[in-house]
Amino acid sequence: METQTIISVKEMYKRFPMGKTEFTALENLNLDFAQGEFTGLIGPSGSGKTTLLNILGSLDVPTLGEATVLGKSIGKLNTHEAAMLRRESLGFIFQSYNLLAVHTVFENVEFPLLLLKIPSQERRKMVQEALEWVGLSDKIRSKPPQLSGGQCQRVAIARAMVKKPKLVLADEPTANLDAANSHHILKTMLTLNQELKTTFIFATHDEKVISYLNRKIYLLDGRVDKDEVVTHNK
Amino acid sequence: MIKFLIKGLLRDKSRSRLPIMVVAIGVTLTVFMHAYITGFMGDTIEMNARFTTGHVKVMTRAYAEDASLLPNDLALMQIEELLDSLRSLYPDMSWSPRIQFGGLIDVPDSAGETRSQGTAIGWGLELIANQDELNRLDLQKALRSGHLPRKSGDALLSHTFAGKLGIAPGDEFTLISSTMNGGMAMYNFRLSGTVHFGVEIMDRGSIIADLKDVQLALEMENAAGEITGFSNTGFYHNNQAEKLSDSFNSKFKTDDEFSPVMLSLSQQGNMGQYVQMSEVWSAYVSLIFIFAMSLVLWNAGLLGGLRRYGEVGIRLAIGESKGHVYRSMIAESVFIGIAGSVTGTAIGLGFAWLLQTYGLDISGMMQGASLMMPTIIKARITPTDFYIGFFPGVISTVIGTLLSGIGIYRRQTAKLFKELEA
Ligand SMILES: Nc1ncnc2c1ncn2[C@@H]1O[C@H](COP(=O)(O)OP(=O)(O)O)[C@@H](O)[C@H]1O
Ligand SMILES: [Mg+2]
Repeated sequence: METQTIISVKEMYKRFPMGKTEFTALENLNLDFAQGEFTGLIGPSGSGKTTLLNILGSLDVPTLGEATVLGKSIGKLNTHEAAMLRRESLGFIFQSYNLLAVHTVFENVEFPLLLLKIPSQERRKMVQEALEWVGLSDKIRSKPPQLSGGQCQRVAIARAMVKKPKLVLADEPTANLDAANSHHILKTMLTLNQELKTTFIFATHDEKVISYLNRKIYLLDGRVDKDEVVTHNK
Repeated sequence: MIKFLIKGLLRDKSRSRLPIMVVAIGVTLTVFMHAYITGFMGDTIEMNARFTTGHVKVMTRAYAEDASLLPNDLALMQIEELLDSLRSLYPDMSWSPRIQFGGLIDVPDSAGETRSQGTAIGWGLELIANQDELNRLDLQKALRSGHLPRKSGDALLSHTFAGKLGIAPGDEFTLISSTMNGGMAMYNFRLSGTVHFGVEIMDRGSIIADLKDVQLALEMENAAGEITGFSNTGFYHNNQAEKLSDSFNSKFKTDDEFSPVMLSLSQQGNMGQYVQMSEVWSAYVSLIFIFAMSLVLWNAGLLGGLRRYGEVGIRLAIGESKGHVYRSMIAESVFIGIAGSVTGTAIGLGFAWLLQTYGLDISGMMQGASLMMPTIIKARITPTDFYIGFFPGVISTVIGTLLSGIGIYRRQTAKLFKELEA
C-alpha cells in the first residue's frame, strides 16, 4: 500500500521564555506522519504533547527547525495563511470540548462550513451526515448545556470531521469521559479514519486511547523516547 | 456567518443584555441631565430676562453704568419717540418701557397715622395699555388675592409682604420715594391684589404698578429708566441679542452720557458668565460621559473578553482569522452601542418629558436665596437631546471594545488555549 507523507518534522525545537532563561519544551524532534495514520503522542504531563500538537495545528510556531504540514512550512506562514490551513485542512478536538454554548448542536457543527462559504443546502446535508457518524441526529436542536459530556465530545468530533479534513488533532479527548463513552468515541474516530482516510494524531496518556492506536510515539521531556508501529487486528 | 454572529449575540445575555443596559443607563443619565440643566439654566436666564434684564435692554449710558442703583435721575427721556423707532427698526422684538425704583410702603390707620411700614422694590410696568407685560410675568397666575390693576391708582404687592403689612385688597397705602429730580415723592395707591411668583427676591417685598402711575409718582413724564426688549421667539439667543445691540448702538450711541445704549442680557451684570456656562457645559458633560463610559465598557469588555477566550480560541482553531474575529466583535459593539443608545435616549427623554411637564418644586431649598432662580425646576427638551447621549453611547461602546479586543488580538493563538484550559 502506498502511503503519502503529510507531516514532516525536522530537527525541530520549541523554547518558551521563562524569566531570564528559556525553557525547552521540544528538543530536536524528527518525525514523519503518513496519511491515514491513527497515531498517539504518549507521555506524562509536561512532556510536550500539547506543544507539538499546537505546532502541527499551526496554532504555534517552532523556535528552530522545520515543521511541514500538508506542504506548508508552519514557521513561515503568516496569520492569514495559518488560518486558511486550519480552515481548509485541519480539525481540532479538545479535552474540554469547547463547544459554543449558546449555539445549537447543528450550528456548532455548521460553523466550519460557514467559514468555507459552503452553500446552505449543502451545509445542511453535510451537518446531518456528520451527526449521523457520531449518532446524534436526534440532538440537532439541542444546545451543549443540555448534553452529557460524552455527547458534547461527539458533537466536537462531528464539528472536526464535518468538512472531511485531511488531519484531525485531538488533545486528550477522553480525559473527561468515562470508559463507555471513551470507547464509543474512539470507535467512531477509528471508523472515520478507515472510511475517510483521515489522519488522526492524539495527545494522550489514557490506556484506552493507546489500545486503539496503530502508532505510538512516546515523548519524554520534549524528546522522542520510543516510536513504535503496531499491527493489531481490532 | 452574519446570522450566526447575530444569533450568538442575541442568545448570550452577558454579551448583549448587560452591555446594552450599561450603555442605556449612561445615555439615559446624559440625556436627562442635559435636558434638566438646559431647562434649569434656560429658565434662570428667561426669568432674569423677564424680571430684570430683558433679552436686551435700552438705557442711557449713564444709567447703564450704575444700573444696579436704579438711578432714575439718569432715565431715558422722550421714550415715546424712542419706542416708535425701536418698534419700526426691530419689528421681531416687543418693547416695553419700565421704571424700577426703591421706596417705602406706608400703611395708615383710620386716623392717617402710620400703622405699618416696609421697604419695597418697585416696578412700573405697562399693565393697562397692553397685555405684553401681564403675559410675560404671568401675573394672572401669580395673583393670590384680589385682581390685577385695572385703573389708575391700582397696585399689586407681594403676597407675604402684604400679609406682614397687614393690608388686604381694597386697602389704601402710600408709596414714599424720591422723584426724578431728587425731590420727595408721595403717592397713594389702592391695593388691587397680591402676587406670588415663586421667585425669592420678587416675593420678598415688591410693589408693581402701572407705568403711568409710577411716572406720575416719580415725576417722570414720558421718561423711563429702561426699555426692555424681548424676542418674539420666546427664548434668549445670545448671538442674536448681541448682534441686535451692536446694530442699535452703532445708530444711537453718542458721546453724550444721556444717549441711549442697548445691552444684551449677557452684557448686564454677571449674566454673561452664566450664558457662557450654559453654552459650554453640555460639551463638557458629553466628554466626561464618553470618557467614563469608555472606561466602564472597556472593563466590561475585558471581562467579557476573558470570558470569551474559549469562544475566540475555538473560532481561531476552526480557521477564522484574528482580524475577522476582532472585526466581528467591533460590529457587535456597534450593534450594542446603537441598541443601548436608542433605549437610553428614549428613557432619558421620557424622564425629561416628565420633568418638563410636571416640574419639581424646590422652593423649600431656595429660602433666602438672593439670586434670581426658578423655584420650580423644569427640564427643557431641545433637539440636542436626541443626539447628545446617542453618539457618545455608540462611540464609547466601540472604543471600549477596541481597547479590550486588542488583548485578544495580540495574544498568541496557542496562548489563548492555555488560558482556556486553565
Ligand atoms: N506558553 C508557554 N510558556 C511557557 N511554558 C510553556 C508554554 N506552553 C507549554 N509550556 C511548558 O512546556 C512544557 C510542555 O507542555 P505541554 O506541551 O503542555 O505538555 P503536555 O501537553 O505533554 O502536558 C511544560 O513544562 C509546560 O509548562
Ligand atoms: Mg497537554
